[in-house]
Amino acid sequence: MSTKIFPKDKWVEVLEGLKDSYKVVVPVKEGDYFNFRPLENGTRPNFDFQNTRLSAKSAIYPQSERMFEYSLDSGDSDAFQMKEAEKDYSPQAIVGIRPCDAYAFQLVRRNFDNPDYQDPWWVKKFETTTFVGLGCNDPCATCFCSSAGCGPFDRKGLDVLLHDIGDAYVAKGLTEKGEEFLQKAGGKDAGKEDIKKAEALTRDVVKKMGPGISADKLKDKKATDLYEAPFWEEVAFACINCGTCTYLCPTCWCFDIQDEVQRLDQKGDRLRNWDSCMFPLFTLHASGHNPRSKKHERVRQRFMHKLKYYIDKYDQGIQCVGCGRCVQFCPVNIDIRQVAEKMNSYEG
Amino acid sequence: MDNPYLPYPVRIDKIVIETEDRNLKTFRFVFLNPEDEQKFAYTPGQFAELSIAGQGEIPIGIASSPTEKGFVAFTVNKAGKVTTHLHNMKEGDVMGIRGPLGNWYPWERMEGKNVVIVGAGFAFTTLRSSIVYMLEPENRPKFKDITVVYGSRNPGMLLYKDELVEWEKRDDMEMHITVDGTDDPDWKYNVGFVPAITEEKIKSADNAIAIVCGPPIVIRLTQPILLNLGFDPENIILSLENRMKCGIGMCGRCNIGEKFVCKDGPVFSLAQLQQMPQDY
Repeated sequence: MSTKIFPKDKWVEVLEGLKDSYKVVVPVKEGDYFNFRPLENGTRPNFDFQNTRLSAKSAIYPQSERMFEYSLDSGDSDAFQMKEAEKDYSPQAIVGIRPCDAYAFQLVRRNFDNPDYQDPWWVKKFETTTFVGLGCNDPCATCFCSSAGCGPFDRKGLDVLLHDIGDAYVAKGLTEKGEEFLQKAGGKDAGKEDIKKAEALTRDVVKKMGPGISADKLKDKKATDLYEAPFWEEVAFACINCGTCTYLCPTCWCFDIQDEVQRLDQKGDRLRNWDSCMFPLFTLHASGHNPRSKKHERVRQRFMHKLKYYIDKYDQGIQCVGCGRCVQFCPVNIDIRQVAEKMNSYEG
Repeated sequence: MDNPYLPYPVRIDKIVIETEDRNLKTFRFVFLNPEDEQKFAYTPGQFAELSIAGQGEIPIGIASSPTEKGFVAFTVNKAGKVTTHLHNMKEGDVMGIRGPLGNWYPWERMEGKNVVIVGAGFAFTTLRSSIVYMLEPENRPKFKDITVVYGSRNPGMLLYKDELVEWEKRDDMEMHITVDGTDDPDWKYNVGFVPAITEEKIKSADNAIAIVCGPPIVIRLTQPILLNLGFDPENIILSLENRMKCGIGMCGRCNIGEKFVCKDGPVFSLAQLQQMPQDY
């Protein structure tokens, strides 16, 4: 696998050049925060960020996705029958994604791509995307990826890993797709000195990571014990069910399916939209019964899903990559690391 | 790849109003593409998402038995947006069915055993599928005694009334029909709550598997009766419900612990439920 070097002053040119081969998605500064946006005319990529506010999940899994369209005109021969909506799966490259967010797609993939069912839209979009990650020289105070199964220079889920050595990016190809990307990007082979600088980054950053998440004992605990633990009401006390955590989280994937009628008697769409277990309507039955009518029941569900049910289901660790967005943006300062500690140390 | 969200197009072939209050109707569907009927091969206990363009989808237990060819039938309670729209549809209307979804009653395990079926209210639909399936001549010998207890609030609320009367007359099964109460002086069958009639009529747990379907109160009261009789929690089979959307274990909505009611269920044994959080 090759290692290339891209001087920063030529980087935007390289990205623009890649537009011939990929839909390029880059970090962009919007107000005080950064977000991933498609590189179009006028887009100003900005890689001087710690992490984007929203995760990159919408690049594979849009917030609202048209599944089907249908005619509601009884005059049409195929009225009331679902037709698959046209999609564009031309190659996409997400450049500058952090290793935590890239690893998150591996976790989410287990949900959408399994032996029993495959979600055609998620899977096709994922398979046509190249992940060009940017290792973190300077993690946020709220980052805890190293204790959540990945790390600031972790390679899981990436096709290329970029190392920011100051005036250039040292780009390591990790997969066939990554090599293809590097081919198309051009760039010279990185020299020994540059590679040494890149490797030093991966060592230096370890000292900078903040407190981690303790989840090592969760696998052996009984789900029913944790579920009936007495601390949930206390954990949920401050929560306002705003849903920010689920919105920003790269490993949250719950969705709703809604039919939207454009013109009555003419046509409509079936959409797949992000949804959140934090909202009371999420589990409301038509009969009026709601298994999670109380706030602490919903808060418990979120943490049990992330830190226990996912482990029970897949035995591949917790459903969290330590990106720290929920810690940073929760308006009432609920910290998943503190909740995990309560769960991890609970004796039933 | 197959798109698991794409329904098979169907036509409403027949609508039967089951109950006096007109809130329950049985819809019989015919597939627009005949080959879809093979693809839809199902086993009693499973459900399907009934899909109405412009309205949404509803997860409903399959009431017909796979031994009944040429159609699939569902009994639907009018409860909300989509079910109300369905209730206003007519024979000949086109819509969609997605499925079959979920797991099924443990038929293999039930072979060679006495089968006890306890149903209440309109949860009886997949139990009808099961009874018709077992009574099919090539299936009947696989099971020993079949005992059914089915009740509703009053005679007008019983489903499949004509069939119940036929089953009551058969000598290859015991059919106990009951109602909570009635002012019909000609009522021939039992009067009493389903759990009470179950206690009265079910005498033994020997070599038996019990399937219980009904509203939570009936399940709650029937469980201890069966346990007292000696039924092992592994041999008490329940079918759960939950708010669903995708029906294929992906949208995350219907989970109980790490299990999805739509995919790992809706059929669970009491033994399994005892290991799961009581999140319902």
